[in-house]
Amino acid sequence: MNEQPLNDAEIADLRCLAGLIIPASAKYDVPGADDPVIFADIVNSIGRDGNTVRAALAALRTLSGAPLADLDAGRRTEVAAKLRAEGGVPVSVLTRIVMLCYYCDERVMLSLGLEPRAPFPKGHIVEQGDWSLLDPVRVRKPFWRQAS
Amino acid sequence: MHEKVDVLIIGSGASGAAVAWSLAETKMRILCLEQGEWMKQSDYPSNGRDYEARVFSDYATSPNIRQRPSDYPINDDNSPIKVVNFNAVGGSTVMYTAHYPRLHPSDFRVRSLDGVADDWPIDYTTLEPFFAENDRMTGVSGLAGDPAYPTHEPPMPPLPLGKTGAKIGKTMNQLGWHWWPSDSAIATTEYDGRAPCINLGHCTPACAQGAKASTDITYWPHAIRAGVELRTSCRVREILTGPDGMATGVIYYDIDGIEQFQPAEVIIMACNGVGTPRLLLNSTSGRFPNGLANSSCLLGKNLMFHPWAHVSGYVDEPMDGHRGPPLCLWSQEFYETDRSRGFLRGFNFQFNRTMGVGTEAMNAEANGLLPWGEAHHDTFRAMVGHRMSVGICTEDLPEEHNRVTLDPVLKDRHGIPAPRIDYAIGDNTNRMLDFAIERGKEILAAANARQVHTVRPVVYGGWHLLGTARMGNDPERSVVNSWGRSHDVKNLFIVDGSIFVTSGGVNPTCTIQALALYIADAMKQRLATLFD
Repeated sequence: MNEQPLNDAEIADLRCLAGLIIPASAKYDVPGADDPVIFADIVNSIGRDGNTVRAALAALRTLSGAPLADLDAGRRTEVAAKLRAEGGVPVSVLTRIVMLCYYCDERVMLSLGLEPRAPFPKGHIVEQGDWSLLDPVRVRKPFWRQAS
Repeated sequence: MHEKVDVLIIGSGASGAAVAWSLAETKMRILCLEQGEWMKQSDYPSNGRDYEARVFSDYATSPNIRQRPSDYPINDDNSPIKVVNFNAVGGSTVMYTAHYPRLHPSDFRVRSLDGVADDWPIDYTTLEPFFAENDRMTGVSGLAGDPAYPTHEPPMPPLPLGKTGAKIGKTMNQLGWHWWPSDSAIATTEYDGRAPCINLGHCTPACAQGAKASTDITYWPHAIRAGVELRTSCRVREILTGPDGMATGVIYYDIDGIEQFQPAEVIIMACNGVGTPRLLLNSTSGRFPNGLANSSCLLGKNLMFHPWAHVSGYVDEPMDGHRGPPLCLWSQEFYETDRSRGFLRGFNFQFNRTMGVGTEAMNAEANGLLPWGEAHHDTFRAMVGHRMSVGICTEDLPEEHNRVTLDPVLKDRHGIPAPRIDYAIGDNTNRMLDFAIERGKEILAAANARQVHTVRPVVYGGWHLLGTARMGNDPERSVVNSWGRSHDVKNLFIVDGSIFVTSGGVNPTCTIQALALYIADAMKQRLATLFD
């Protein structure tokens, strides 16, 4: 472990990339992953994955050749697509952090019709379901092999 | 030096807890050394909004990622399946999904029935009363009458079918294939101080409610009330032996890292199929230069996982999603050998409810199903709460080249050599996976699922650590005898999954615990002649 925090350039690239992965949507009235609250959670959540995320951002900078935000929109999308295709485990880790933080945000959860809360203590309701569906299996003869 | 105990158990997980509880009635002085600590339900991930993220940090399934002080590193670079476990009071029952099938009668007679591997020295009938006792102690929910099994009566009713179970049931009926509510170590009624499950849906990384039966809340309270001592944060380095070849006690590091010697009349290993061979291989001496209990040279060999695959897709109907225990149904349609399939032995299907919304997004993205950019939202909203997933748990046959040894370099924080895993999925299992995945796709097709995709093998799927100190009647072909006693060291017993001769094709915890109770009973029957 002993990961160093990301520097300003890395943070800027990460924020731009997060917004490319999940942009804001007017249709669903949700922010993008570059939203200030969500992005702060992303940065805070890097934790023990710091070196891996830094490797992903280094690969990104190699592909972009400049701060990602300085590229035009078309080029940014092109670079992001190439990173996703070629980035391997570091990009998977970075993407995982983005997804988990984005889909934890209260606004996003509410827009999906989900309660933004921990599972405990309220839990969830799961209906019993139709147990008569099991009737065809109940009448089946035992089919385990006898062995002694 | 500590006062000598009658029985020293190493490890407090599934088997260690069961054997401790069972032996407690003898009134012997029993001590259990556990390298981890007592866990607190209030610390478990599902107490917080970040419950999904914690699966990748302090509640990661891999000890190499988790890196708690109680964990030891495992070099599993040379294995397509990574070892997953948990080290605490309760062991990996703290972090399991509580899917609780028994091995089948045929699993104990693999050589006789199918001409592969070896028969066990005991059979299903031998274990049957201990399965029942363990079901009662653990608190198992399920439904009697499954035609895939000999009759047994789980003490609690099954987990609810929910939307997911109903959809799966309809689909399996359409195909004419077996399905049945799983035996689960999850309370569905008030049971031994535990409340019925409230469907938190995040069972595997520890149950914040306490409905899931981990042994820290099942066996251990009873064992401790009966007089067993449980000493935590104590990591055993090696077992010592005397001039007569009998074990005399263990060297361990206490919570402060201080080396201690604990003498004992009897030592019982309950450290799982990786931890047990690791400790025995670390216990070398002039008399036992290849490790303790290793005259057969089989210690650490024949490691079996259950190579796992998933087939998933998205259906039109709403499913339960993240609500409710992940596993609620099984199918044993393809469990028993049918040589026309091109492989021997079989597998079981396990039908999954799915995960939290963040994990669903992460997995869909990783599987290439969820785009980056503008299309992300429309795509994901069509997926959330609609995934149907079929888990495949295949039987792994014992092969000596699949093994646990000591890593020459890697050590834990106490300087004890770490285990190294060398493992490859066998040809028979690969053919079984081919077949099972095709059947899984047929299930998804019958359910009219779209975007069907497969994960093979599940990399972080090495939950079931079996076979590395197998039981048998022949000391040249096994490490322990038919009641768990080492052939070489007559006061050394093993009760964990390492004594499995074959793996079966189902989750092993229930059978591991029944075995531990059976061995405890065998010891109690022989107390006067235990070392003869």
